[in-house]
Amino acid sequence: MLTYIVRRLIIAIPTLLILVVLSFTLMHAAPGGPFTADREVPPEILANLEARYGLDQPFVVQVFVYLKNVVLHFDFGPSFVYKDRTVNEIIANGFPITLTYGAIAFAVAVFFGVALGVAAATHHNRWIDYFAVGIAIGAQVLPNFVLAPILVLVFTLMLGWLPGGGWEYDQPRYIIMPVIALATSFLASIARITRSSMLEVLNAQHVRTARAKGLPSHRVILSHVLKPALLPVLSYLGPTFVTMITGSVVIDMFFSTGGIGLSLVNAALNRDYSVMMGITILIGALTIGFNLLIDILYAWIDPKIRY
Amino acid sequence: MSLTKKLSGILLVLSFVFSSVDAATKNGVKLADKQIFTYRILDDIKSFDPQISTDVSGSEILRSLFEGLMNEDSTGELVPGAATSFSVSEDKLTYTFNLREANWANGEPVKAGDFVYAWRRLVDPATASEYAWYMELMGIVNASQVVKGELAPDQLGVKALDDKTFQITIENALPYFPSMTTHASTFPVLQSVVEKHGTQWTRPENMVGNGAYTLDEYRPGEKVVMKRNPGYWNDAETTLEEVVALVINDDDQALTRYLAGEMDKTEIPSGQFPRLKKEYADEAFSYPRSCSYIYWFNIGEKGPEALKDVRVRTALSYAINREIITDKILQGGQYQSYNFTHQKTAGFTLPDIEYANWTQPERDAKAKALITEAGYGPDNPLKLSISYNTSEGHKKIAIAISQFWKKTLGVEVELINTEWKVHTTNMQAGDYEIGRYAWCGDYNEASTYLDLLTSYSGHNVGGFSNTAYDELMAESKTMADPSDNYSKAEALLAAQMPFAPIYQYTGVIMLKPHLKGWPIGNLMQNWYARELYIVEP
Repeated sequence: MLTYIVRRLIIAIPTLLILVVLSFTLMHAAPGGPFTADREVPPEILANLEARYGLDQPFVVQVFVYLKNVVLHFDFGPSFVYKDRTVNEIIANGFPITLTYGAIAFAVAVFFGVALGVAAATHHNRWIDYFAVGIAIGAQVLPNFVLAPILVLVFTLMLGWLPGGGWEYDQPRYIIMPVIALATSFLASIARITRSSMLEVLNAQHVRTARAKGLPSHRVILSHVLKPALLPVLSYLGPTFVTMITGSVVIDMFFSTGGIGLSLVNAALNRDYSVMMGITILIGALTIGFNLLIDILYAWIDPKIRY
Repeated sequence: MSLTKKLSGILLVLSFVFSSVDAATKNGVKLADKQIFTYRILDDIKSFDPQISTDVSGSEILRSLFEGLMNEDSTGELVPGAATSFSVSEDKLTYTFNLREANWANGEPVKAGDFVYAWRRLVDPATASEYAWYMELMGIVNASQVVKGELAPDQLGVKALDDKTFQITIENALPYFPSMTTHASTFPVLQSVVEKHGTQWTRPENMVGNGAYTLDEYRPGEKVVMKRNPGYWNDAETTLEEVVALVINDDDQALTRYLAGEMDKTEIPSGQFPRLKKEYADEAFSYPRSCSYIYWFNIGEKGPEALKDVRVRTALSYAINREIITDKILQGGQYQSYNFTHQKTAGFTLPDIEYANWTQPERDAKAKALITEAGYGPDNPLKLSISYNTSEGHKKIAIAISQFWKKTLGVEVELINTEWKVHTTNMQAGDYEIGRYAWCGDYNEASTYLDLLTSYSGHNVGGFSNTAYDELMAESKTMADPSDNYSKAEALLAAQMPFAPIYQYTGVIMLKPHLKGWPIGNLMQNWYARELYIVEP
């Protein structure tokens, strides 16, 4: 197991390197640059800007300098567009926000999603099942960019209960709507996967045996059904968790949370090379990390899996 | 009645008496206790550094945090700012500004040297400011050479004659030069602060400004909070205690939050003005805004052959039904446009442009005749493409115009939609046929528009080059009253049609009725927070 983990971590290094070089190349290949503006910047001023941000160097040198700064100094450079700030500052400011609402939304989605799925499967073809499936489908067809404005209309404009946007770590009223808007569709997916996977396991031989032994229903579900039924859910959760904690442009946009989801999209649109690279690397590293974690969890849940 | 009750009664009466004496009033109206102005900005602030900032919402904030030589009043007229007065030499090349007694927020006096430092800093290649060209536009002596690195920044034509006298030398006479000193990139900064903190000097804990407000809090992507600066020279006339800018990326979301009472000002999403005006008659406003929306015809090297024929360009422009665009698509009181300069620009009289006075059927008939004359028709249809950047509004207009052209002239139009950076890059490289474009005035004078069409302008992306036009504009720079030349220039544009003018902007905003002092009449929308105040509802 340990050798497996070490091997996966070693593979992560070239994976990240390839990610950096590919993103760097793609980004520079896109038409326009950080200093493309309505008012075309005169050549002499563009030259000053490019010199300042190292864009006057040959491409290979730029990649090399970038990698050197990142690896040796953990310095992702200054933002090319938000010129008072560095990429490290932008991430240090935005990522904790994203992580907070993302992790809470994830917990909410997993808890209610699994509960809903289990309730539906154990009451297969009864009203609870139909109700749960109804909710899951309803939540699925309400994407967050539809749900977010509806939430604000209801809770801010009509009821006046919650602020329409902004962020305070210690005030739940700022966190409730982003969490609901982000969690809902994931919750629905988790519920559906749990339900179908549960139904499959409920029909398995070992469950029939357990029932035949006369075990009470809740013991059967908890000890014999839930664990194997959660395997497919787990493989869905890894990438989902990374998606949720690295931010959603919709949540940041509608709720002015200041998270990095919007920063990434804006960086792409503004050709803010350094910010885009920084957040891409962050997401890449997190994805690799959580995929590894999920694989380890697999082995724990299913003893048949050996690395 | 017990003594305490009597006493408290008396106290109550007294407190009423005193509070009514104390309650501040402005222009005869009672002020609200809470003097906080909250407004919406679309995007995060790019920079709080006057010499680095490039965006409109950044400039708005900088006008509160810093103060330049001159300010604008609510109608856009120049009024003294950090300078109390100025004089100009006989040859109109040297301006001398007299600074008032005023302090930086840390108590140091504002000196002419602070302006010298800031202006040199703007052109210094080491600063790498995207707005360094503004000093070139102002025509400051040696600005171009300093930007190019050929001369040291201290060779720029600015100097401090003494602590309170700031002198500027410009290369050519520029009648509107003083109005250019209201621009945020010309605001002074304090050398000791900038040098001590480097790029960190704009952080709330480090920044020292000379404006009516100080930067209290900045939460990237969320909000900017500014607090009143008691050390500001005109603090006695400042009313707002706090100014808050909320970053809200989505127009509709901003409107919902405005309606929920979270803000005092927001922009109206496109197409919603008529409805809001009906529902909130005293809150929805439309006012002229100094920008002009046009379709460039690429007549440069890479442009299509057909567009080099003035008859084709004229026919295309005539066939656009501008009334439909302003009244049915935009619906925010925008002006149908048959010329380039925004019609509300100071000192500008709309020239008599013939086709502006025709009816649309007349224009269409004329357009058909012209396109046939140019050799295009059902057998030989003209094929062109319109490029625009991603936006619902641009898309609707492009679709409408392609339909006008198809129905009236039989032109087959291809619509090319790209994201903004790609569109801009293509336009600047001349890789387009007909391109959507908007130009906003830098200052309130017609040349801010008309200079664009000179053959030597850096922004003339359509490739229009006309000697007579260049001469008119060059001559206008030395005239006491250039308005006659501006009219001639506009007439020349209408005859040559290097682009199709489409509409001139209005700003459409929601303003809470309790907010007073908003400069609706200022075409540049240069507002100053210290002039706003909130009255009791």
